Amino acid sequence: MSVGAHPTPQPGTEEYQPVFVGKALEQLGEILTRYPTRQAALLPALWLVQQARGWISDRNMAEVAEVLGLTPAYVKGVVTFYTMYHQHPVGRHFVQVCTTSPCNICGAEAVVKAFLDATGAKELGATSPDGKWTVIEVECLGACGFATPVLINDDFIESVTPDKVSDLVRKYK
Amino acid sequence: MGYPHKPHPKETLVLSKHFGEADARTYKGWVKRGGYEMLAHALTMEPARIIDSVKESGLRGRGGAGFPTGLKWSFMPKEKKKPHYLCVNADESEPGTFKDREIMRWTPHALLEGAAIAAHAIQAEVVYLYIRGEFTEPWAIMEKALAEATAAGVFGAIKLYLHRGAGAYICGEETALMNSIEGKRGNPRIKPPFPAAAGVFGMPTTINNVETLAAVPLILKKGPAWYKGLSLASPKSTGTKLFSVCGHVQRPGNYEVTMGFPLKDLLYELCGGVPPGRTLKACIPGGSSVPILNREETESCLLDYEGVVEKGSMLGSGGVIVFDDSTDMVYQIMRLARFYAHESCAQCTQCREGTAWTTKILERILSGQGKTADLDLLLDLAENMTGKTICVLSDSCAAPVVSGIKKFKQEFEDYIAGRRKPLLVA
Repeated sequence: MSVGAHPTPQPGTEEYQPVFVGKALEQLGEILTRYPTRQAALLPALWLVQQARGWISDRNMAEVAEVLGLTPAYVKGVVTFYTMYHQHPVGRHFVQVCTTSPCNICGAEAVVKAFLDATGAKELGATSPDGKWTVIEVECLGACGFATPVLINDDFIESVTPDKVSDLVRKYK
Repeated sequence: MGYPHKPHPKETLVLSKHFGEADARTYKGWVKRGGYEMLAHALTMEPARIIDSVKESGLRGRGGAGFPTGLKWSFMPKEKKKPHYLCVNADESEPGTFKDREIMRWTPHALLEGAAIAAHAIQAEVVYLYIRGEFTEPWAIMEKALAEATAAGVFGAIKLYLHRGAGAYICGEETALMNSIEGKRGNPRIKPPFPAAAGVFGMPTTINNVETLAAVPLILKKGPAWYKGLSLASPKSTGTKLFSVCGHVQRPGNYEVTMGFPLKDLLYELCGGVPPGRTLKACIPGGSSVPILNREETESCLLDYEGVVEKGSMLGSGGVIVFDDSTDMVYQIMRLARFYAHESCAQCTQCREGTAWTTKILERILSGQGKTADLDLLLDLAENMTGKTICVLSDSCAAPVVSGIKKFKQEFEDYIAGRRKPLLVA
């Protein structure tokens, strides 16, 4: 996915709606009690942002920085380290197919192709024209005995074969 | 769910005894099975006594390094001057390994109980269970189990928290994991100081693998002598071990056997061997970071720390990857190198550059553009990637490359000489 594929609205062009108000702020407050530093709540805070917004924008990072007493650059440095935080919007359904060696020898590449075809996403990392699907290859999902494991959003599905893909895709509206 | 398979008579069910019993996941169901009795008992024991028992049992870390668990615990300061922490490494990400996931899915309370006992032994008041971000299902099960057991008040003053990773293999390295808990990039730290002196938040910390901790309540319950007696070959390797078997076998899955069990029996009897009409070509016995064994080595290998070393590899995490004769070894080794290149934290030059160039050179060979000098170049790179970096990620990339070139050289040469059709487009 090219960096410019999903442009982030420029600061000031629209009013920013903060994530950490109401329930999310309460959740963050509870999370902060678990650690001796505010910085330690960074990964959980980023998860809360992604759950609320689907991805983490520069504005979101700035908000997290402010709430936790960090700098936006520091937060971005952490976001970019971890592969599961989306720095750009993705389709409503996000598909991660394991293609590391043990799954590769059990046919993972055909599973990837089946997802690209069945979802209309066509290209790895791209989003289907209807905005519903993004498909990516990932390294080891830790379920090698149940090749090929696939994560669709938070649903971890084992033993996916190409012939099961179209039925799976139909289940997600 | 892929589990359970019907246990094979040659398995020794200790950790996996209650796999497949949905009821065992609940607090009530676990208590019915004798759960949390040992924690209640342990909380009345002197910490040093618990450490002695674990030392005596011979239990060694199941995350990969095989370091004696009781000895590790004994490194923590005896006199407590600062907060102590226990980190539970549930960042299971080593290709070929999927045993901790199974423990968390089926017996979450075994892990919680073991973790709380360990926390008491090292005088830690806080336990962080670091679970990889992709393990959504184990996370939900652990979260529920933790809430139930906490509500029942079994942990006394010990507080346990789940911490979710966000996609980074390197966070399975102990100091990277600690940085990740602290809200940092998952970069491994230079040691010393070791975690027992300055770990998470700079405080004395012990970190243990899921499978290691799950064994602790049973060691206390049945006694260290019982555990020590579970050993078929080397007396330095005791207890049972969950082996995750994947790749070209008819019945992949987790199998629990006594230390010293023959790898051959695991593959051919328990897992049903390779698919019909195929033959075994190679096997990685301990997760992708250890050297590859050829068929002969595989068939004569005993599964304990010493037995696998004797064959030139390592027991590692017990993730067994099986390759049959249909496998293109050059491609699979490239695929493993690509994994490490993707997962390098990029702190050390040898790793950042080495993993990337190893992958590129292997891709070049696979695209028919390889040169005769490439194999020596790969070995030279591998040497510079071994023993020279902050953590062992780059060593792990070098291991399959060096062993692969040594044992399957012909396949590399066939690509370079143009005897084999290029698999990749240049």
